[in-house]
Amino acid sequence: MYTYSDFDAAFVAERNRQFRAQVNRRIDGSLTEDEFKPLRLMNGLYLQLHAYMLRVAIPYGTLSSRQMHKLADIADRWDKGYGHFTTRQNIQYNWPKLTDVPDMLDALAEVQMHAIQTSGNTIRNVTADHFAGAAADEIADPRPVAELIRQWSTDHPEFQFLPRKFKVAVSGSPNDRAVIAAHDVGIRIVQQDGQIGYEVLVGGGLGRTPMIGKTLNGFVAQADLLPYLEAVVSVWNLLGRRDNKYKARIKITVHEHGIDEIRTLVDARFAETKAAFNGADVALYQQIEPQFAAPAFSTRDTADFDRAYEADPVFRAWADINLAEHRAPGYAIAQISLKAHGQTPGDATSEQMRVIADIAKEFGHDELRISHEQNIVLPHVHKSDLPQIHARLKSHGLATANIGLISDIIACPGMDYCALATARSIPVAQQIATRFDELKLENEIGDLKIKISGCINACGHHHVGHIGILGLDRAGVENYQITLGGDHTQTAAIGQRTGPGFSAEEIIPAIERLVDAYLTHRTGAEETFLAAYRRLGMDPFKEALYGETASKRTRAA
Amino acid sequence: MPKAFTPKVITANALIEGDVVYLTADDRWSPRLTEAELLTDEAHAQVRLLDASNRHAEVVGVYLADMDATQDGPEPTHFREAFRRKGPSNYAHGKQADL
Repeated sequence: MYTYSDFDAAFVAERNRQFRAQVNRRIDGSLTEDEFKPLRLMNGLYLQLHAYMLRVAIPYGTLSSRQMHKLADIADRWDKGYGHFTTRQNIQYNWPKLTDVPDMLDALAEVQMHAIQTSGNTIRNVTADHFAGAAADEIADPRPVAELIRQWSTDHPEFQFLPRKFKVAVSGSPNDRAVIAAHDVGIRIVQQDGQIGYEVLVGGGLGRTPMIGKTLNGFVAQADLLPYLEAVVSVWNLLGRRDNKYKARIKITVHEHGIDEIRTLVDARFAETKAAFNGADVALYQQIEPQFAAPAFSTRDTADFDRAYEADPVFRAWADINLAEHRAPGYAIAQISLKAHGQTPGDATSEQMRVIADIAKEFGHDELRISHEQNIVLPHVHKSDLPQIHARLKSHGLATANIGLISDIIACPGMDYCALATARSIPVAQQIATRFDELKLENEIGDLKIKISGCINACGHHHVGHIGILGLDRAGVENYQITLGGDHTQTAAIGQRTGPGFSAEEIIPAIERLVDAYLTHRTGAEETFLAAYRRLGMDPFKEALYGETASKRTRAA
Repeated sequence: MPKAFTPKVITANALIEGDVVYLTADDRWSPRLTEAELLTDEAHAQVRLLDASNRHAEVVGVYLADMDATQDGPEPTHFREAFRRKGPSNYAHGKQADL
């Protein structure tokens, strides 16, 4: 894992010192809120519905056990004993006091973490595939690239006052687990004639105008990546619509100018940036890359795993659902679900964080990942250790076997916490999970991604959910719109609206009717919800939601 | 015709704690909605809002929130204000636990 250089440590310490002084000046009245707000946002501090919220970056979703222990300690000392893991590989503390935040940031710095650029109109925390460094289908580990971009973008003097926020995600595999097509810039590591390079997508994003990213360049050479990215952001920095915040994101710029014009402008700018870069970026990358070297994998047999798999049906169910293929023989990637039925998606108590940290230390080469799907990943575990790991997870409520199933729901904090929300998300997620657990249908339904946002900003990724739910305020009442057919992977697609929304009381039965329609119409268990939707189209689902007449009326229209 | 003025209270978040507070008739910031001054006159409400907005050292984000006048004091007309008064629905945190 990456270790801070002296420069990194000094930079974070200096920023923390500055922020402590800014907080003091806000409290003694030297700074007004209007003056203080951009400063606190640059350091990840929001003011939400009931309290402040501190958003801490987990760069490319990677944590060591020591870092996870520190997150738990912070939750206990300055918050309410839990943290919320987000869709952008951050952790949010929902209840800090303003006066405690400088101490929280200093505590984070002790384990080489920070909250810099987790908000504001800057380049945000760079996210990556949560199976990075472990996945069997990986061309190269995306994290060295993500770390290079983190260093380049942190406090970048040209990019501190961008037209709007700017989000970058990196995938090292052809199978996209990082939703790169829904980012301002998505980077996919590719191979051409034996050379590693990068496919660069631009202009993706969710929110009020959802767009799938377009390929700007099919192959950017390794040495050209930073000057190329600098050209992209620089072109947008000048063209981006500062007159209207709803039209400021690069997706609108690409839409308005067209990908070809953007490509011409980027290529022209790239000629300048490439000449200006002096090779320091390439040297830096060469220093970063070895720090992400794979751990020394052992070559034990998997007899313990095989025995438990045969003998224990609970373990078998968990292994079938929560494990993914690892690139090293005898190893697996184990996902720890933070979606226990009826609980808040993405929340972990400090005790759970410590249990997970200790498992990572003891069995997992001291590595953890946070997924954008709000779960925790043990990227490198030997299969023979899995029975023990499972038993320990089980005793702490962490062995829910539901990864990728209907109860593995992404949900933003919604109006339970967020000042921007128009409706609640968490209770809807809790009720759907509880209901399908009661019905004991989850495994039969199979792969089905439900994603819920509590406002049009789409932090809950509802546009790319197989079933998306968007909570709105309709004349002072919570109302939930449904979209179908969204896809967050390499075949990314934006879901289509079914029609009028449903009240808080109606939304769970509506989801149940949708799922019933799928089970009725699918060709067999091997046809997933998304595949069935693509084959059947909207009609049978509309009929399930609104009745036969409503569906016919739309067909006629 | 302009819309009739509906009853309101002045609310904000406390600077240090960040929690929801309401302006009382005797110029205190109270965490309890029941103690809030119910403003029924538009001109009076605007003056109170101006004064409250200048209290930078105490609060952030001062605004007028719609309320119904009831026997038990002001009651939120919108669910957002109902959540602000109570706290989140997933845990017994915030005002529902503290008050």
